[in-house]
Amino acid sequence: MTIIDKPADVPAPRSGGEKSGRLLDVKDLHVEFHTRDGVVKAVNGVNYSVDAGETLAVLGESGSGKSVTAQAIMGILDMPPGKIPQGEIVFRGQDMLKMSNEERRKVRGRKIAMIFQDALSSLNPVLSVGYQLGEMFRVHEGMSRKQSKAKAVELMDRVKIPAAKERVNDYPHQFSGGMRQRIMIAMALALEPDLIIADEPTTALDVTVQAQVMDLLAELQREYNMGLILITHDLGVVADVADKIAVMYAGRIVETAPVHELYKRPAHPYTRGLLDSIPRLDQKGSELYAIKGLPPNLLKIPSGCAFNPRCPKAQDICRTEVPPLVPVTERDGTDLAGRGSACHFWKETIHG
Amino acid sequence: MPDLMKSPAADEPEVALAPPSGKAAEAGEVGGARSLWGDAWRDLRRRPLFVISGLLILLVLLVSAFPGLFTSADPGSGDLTNNFLGSPQLGHFFQDDWFGYDRQGRSIYARVVFGARNSVMVGLGVTLLVTVFGGLVGMLAGYFGGFWDSLLSRITDVFFGIPFLLGAMVVLNAFTDRDVWVITGALAFLGWTQIARVMRGAVITTKHADYVMAAKALGAGTKRILFRHVLPNAVAPVIVVATIALGTYIVAESTLSYLGLGFASDAVSWGADISDATQDIRNNPHTLIFPAGMLSITVLAFIMLGDAVREALDPKLR
Amino acid sequence: MAEVPKNDEPTDATPNVSEVETVDAETPEEAVAAIEAPVERGEPILQVRNLVKHFPLTQGVIVKRQIGAVKAVDGISFDLYQGETLGIVGESGCGKSTVAKLLMTLEQATAGEVFYKGQDITKLSGRALKAVRRNIQMVFQDPYTSLNPRMTVGDIIGEPFEIHPEVAPKGSRRQKVQDLLDVVGLNPEYINRYPHQFSGGQRQRIGIARGLALNPEIIICDEPVSALDVSVQAQVINLMEKLQDEFNLSYLFIAHDLSIVRHISDRVGVMYLGKMAEIGSDEQIYDHPTHPYTQALLSAVPVPDPEAREGRERIILTGDVPSPANPPSGCRFRTRCWKAQDKCAQEVPLLAIPERFVDQDTPAAHESACHFAEEKDVVHAA
Repeated sequence: MTIIDKPADVPAPRSGGEKSGRLLDVKDLHVEFHTRDGVVKAVNGVNYSVDAGETLAVLGESGSGKSVTAQAIMGILDMPPGKIPQGEIVFRGQDMLKMSNEERRKVRGRKIAMIFQDALSSLNPVLSVGYQLGEMFRVHEGMSRKQSKAKAVELMDRVKIPAAKERVNDYPHQFSGGMRQRIMIAMALALEPDLIIADEPTTALDVTVQAQVMDLLAELQREYNMGLILITHDLGVVADVADKIAVMYAGRIVETAPVHELYKRPAHPYTRGLLDSIPRLDQKGSELYAIKGLPPNLLKIPSGCAFNPRCPKAQDICRTEVPPLVPVTERDGTDLAGRGSACHFWKETIHG
Repeated sequence: MPDLMKSPAADEPEVALAPPSGKAAEAGEVGGARSLWGDAWRDLRRRPLFVISGLLILLVLLVSAFPGLFTSADPGSGDLTNNFLGSPQLGHFFQDDWFGYDRQGRSIYARVVFGARNSVMVGLGVTLLVTVFGGLVGMLAGYFGGFWDSLLSRITDVFFGIPFLLGAMVVLNAFTDRDVWVITGALAFLGWTQIARVMRGAVITTKHADYVMAAKALGAGTKRILFRHVLPNAVAPVIVVATIALGTYIVAESTLSYLGLGFASDAVSWGADISDATQDIRNNPHTLIFPAGMLSITVLAFIMLGDAVREALDPKLR
Repeated sequence: MAEVPKNDEPTDATPNVSEVETVDAETPEEAVAAIEAPVERGEPILQVRNLVKHFPLTQGVIVKRQIGAVKAVDGISFDLYQGETLGIVGESGCGKSTVAKLLMTLEQATAGEVFYKGQDITKLSGRALKAVRRNIQMVFQDPYTSLNPRMTVGDIIGEPFEIHPEVAPKGSRRQKVQDLLDVVGLNPEYINRYPHQFSGGQRQRIGIARGLALNPEIIICDEPVSALDVSVQAQVINLMEKLQDEFNLSYLFIAHDLSIVRHISDRVGVMYLGKMAEIGSDEQIYDHPTHPYTQALLSAVPVPDPEAREGRERIILTGDVPSPANPPSGCRFRTRCWKAQDKCAQEVPLLAIPERFVDQDTPAAHESACHFAEEKDVVHAA
């Protein structure tokens, strides 16, 4: 039992020069799926970047393309039916989409690791946790069984699994949900990657365990000075850990902003709607604001701005022209660093 | 239960509708009424495997229902003086000597045509009995669980332990007058266990579904829950297994007839003809090839149909 | 159930305390709803007394031997009043879903009573049970699995009428189904469509329409919005509130999302490992929690407001919820509690107004099952 405050945002990089600067640049990424019913346009020109030691939160609902983007970065998309017709994924200056499978495999796991939502189905039920953790060292670093097991215990200690030595030979089902998610984190950390992609890492967990796991993740990120892409639908989780946020809708980024700015002054009607539709814990409040309509059908995304059928501000231009992601400025034109909005009426949205 | 067989092809679990990636958003605009059966049918229609096997099966069914449409010859009457082991005349489509004559001077074409009925009737009959009885046992065991499950499952295991053909031989040996009903009954008596097991598993999965819970919460009785909620959703794997099994029942009938334990010697049956033909295969292969070929094609068609239906039902195989 | 006097002027500056709200409510419906709720309580419509559900753990294939029991619900008591919403919160495995099933008599209670208008429904069967079921309906969590994929929407919403034919004569059923579709905000022309043609939010509306069909008095909602997208959750919550006013429904609203529960509930009960830890009005629970578990739970909720977050104290619990098959002795929360002392291991704390608050005129005076109950505001920024 510990009562802690939000830790200060002081990065304490373990190693210096090599692990800094721009890690990942996603440029104009498109992903589509060819299905029985037609072409599902899951990602339609996504741009984002992550630096070392930075946490980017990608926020979106189901069907927004947030997970597909991550799978494309990891190179674990099912192709077919998936297809990347356009775009670049530049990791440390190299476009991963142009790499050979062998090169790609070397990056995956060693440089970029991923944590999934469902830890139980991501772990092999018939192998002990220690064996699965050690596998990374045996495969990538050619360690012996004994060495790799010792490494596994060390990792389990690092993610604060109590009695790691005794539990290293246990099987995944013998651990609770929170502990399993810690094992997943340990596995992702094994080779000290530069970038971790966490896809809804705490969604399946209880609130009290959620906080533990998020804290651990944030702590390890600081310690290793890793980049972190946090994919989630939960505006609350994002507020806790992210440095900057990219909001996705129908396969596009509709707003980017540093975390504090986004909550204070959203510059896209969708973000505003989302924030308004969440009931508050500290107030009773009256009727909830509800975004009208349904999430878009990716088989036939509305023309113009994909959000236009649900948007209270929609005008004719919204139905015909796709709004680009433009920089957002103060009323007087002063730059707002890191802010962008893909709305024809962002000025009205942010400045009232 | 009898409506099980009504539309064997048109059944599809809900998951099958999601695109394989599951990335498609939900339909914003709801289209016209599209039932799951209808969707499965649309999907099946586009599969060559289904179209070919379906046409073959239609043909076989037509032949067995109206053999007189296909030949005017009498499969029982032989003319030893003119037609003793006459060779096939492959150009003489649908004529008596198309497939040649056997050692008793009977038209092999006519025998193949008339033999279809016995084989198909046994196949369909056994499948129907097995699906109804095995399905019922499996459903009761799966749905009620506990004591009934233990009891019914153990009985199923006992029957499962009896070798299918050997058991059928022993049973049929006790009958001298073996007609379609006796053979059907004997095969069904030993063959229901597979369906019972499949049904039990499917029912156990389905009975825990939320919509079953919802029906209970409304106060629905057991009968309604079983027949409106559990059965329609549990029947898909049973239909697949039954379709494939149909072919194997036809094979079993032929095997028994070949061994002399199937149809009485005066009945027309592919199995009996195959048995006759083996006396002199080397000199007169045509006496074997045509009945055996028809048997293989029929069985293959049913197995292919079963496969096509299973693929339509299982999204993972897409 | 002790009444808590609430006529003190709220010290909190925020105008969100219940009385204030009834006055300030923006629409007449809201004012009516707020007045109808806990303020003028008549007889409770549902009384739950010492409800227990143990799932036996057995060994052996044919002869089954009981080797233990999962104590999913272990002695729960609460009341539900006409027209109010009682929220039940707790983590997975705390037994809240089992409570729902027990109230629906979908599970047989091991012990305890559930009185619906004075009648113990756990003892009913056959026709009498069927009659009670008309009045207690349920909305399920997962809109993707709670609708039979082989039935049309019309058949699904019309099924209650087939089971209870006395509610609607045969000829009027189609019209009734269409009316229900309209009530939940769906196009009545969709009557012949199948569930898979609808989105998650729409499906949940269909589930709600089915629950409304028999004109019930009580609707038990088991995580009704947790499977929905954020933007759709608000729509469904608003619909449920509208229907409550329209049909004077009582809701038992089971959820793990504490913000949503606060929004919709008049009173809230917090469950932990099969027991009720704390119960009171939404203001009492959220603004003046006295049970350490409630405090920890509330403080752990991520809030979509980074600045409020930074001012808040966070209580991070260590460890996981113990297994309900082998719960800790005494207070069940003691293994994770920072206040735990010897007494907590020996004595089971009773759910009652803590002694120190008994005669005090304070929102902290509500039922809390803790030996060392103490008020602590963890929701508002310091």
